[in-house]
Amino acid sequence: MAKYVTDEIKKLIGKETEPRTFDVERGHIRRFAEAIGDSNPIFNDEAKARQTQFGGMVAPPTFGRAFGIEFFNIPLQMPTARGLDGGSDWEYFEPIRPGDRMSVISKLADIRESEGRLGTMVFTTVETRYVNQFGRVCVIQRSTGIRY
Amino acid sequence: MAKQLYFEDLEVGSELPPLEKNPTTQQLVRYAGASGDFYQIHYDKDFALGNGLPGVILHGALKNAFLGQLMTDFAGEQGTLRKLSVQYRGMDQPGAKVTARGKVKKKYVEGGEHFVECDIWLENAKGEMTTPGSAVVMLPSRSAR
Repeated sequence: MAKYVTDEIKKLIGKETEPRTFDVERGHIRRFAEAIGDSNPIFNDEAKARQTQFGGMVAPPTFGRAFGIEFFNIPLQMPTARGLDGGSDWEYFEPIRPGDRMSVISKLADIRESEGRLGTMVFTTVETRYVNQFGRVCVIQRSTGIRY
Repeated sequence: MAKQLYFEDLEVGSELPPLEKNPTTQQLVRYAGASGDFYQIHYDKDFALGNGLPGVILHGALKNAFLGQLMTDFAGEQGTLRKLSVQYRGMDQPGAKVTARGKVKKKYVEGGEHFVECDIWLENAKGEMTTPGSAVVMLPSRSAR
């Protein structure tokens, strides 16, 4: 029997957020690249990036994290509010570039619970699509959150 | 940047050039600022200890970024990263070296494009794998024109 993931909670699966809009700033991409310690010119140097297949600066693979993560405020009756990041699966279709206006839409793809090292743990999978101003899906991230 | 690798240069089992990182608490604060993830377990030691952690720990997403860099460095100027997966199995703390590593798992051609799938992971100074994952890059081929 599920302790926390009740039928009522399972009904939340499939729920989608309204799109959140973000303007991608060149300085933000550079600051992100500096913070992760990645000096690749495609993330840092417009003049050099223009000489590459990308034709200009692009965002590093995990830049989507800078648009925040949707937690969906799932009303789990758990003894603590402790959470951990379980991991992410990313798929890349087109680069995110400075000046892009991104629409970010998250969907609660799954909620499940299991017994583990930390007791009963609840896993949520959130699928986030990052769509540019041309309606093209640039990136999809599936992230796993753990509550325990 | 290292010289461009081509699809034909690699075999199943080939090792990727490793990437060493020496994260500090300062880097965690910079990452918090750049990513907007201000969860206190990444910079407030008292808060982290109160949460039953051994001290402040690296953002999982920062470790994800290290593995992203491993792959974009490997893909080179003419390659592109198509997939990146990571699972956070163990915690890493600032002040200790972590190394991103990878190995070619599979090579395949699909729709005339050349793909290389890799097992990737982050290991701590003791050589323990804290963050396993996988990735797919598209590489240029010497035969394609």
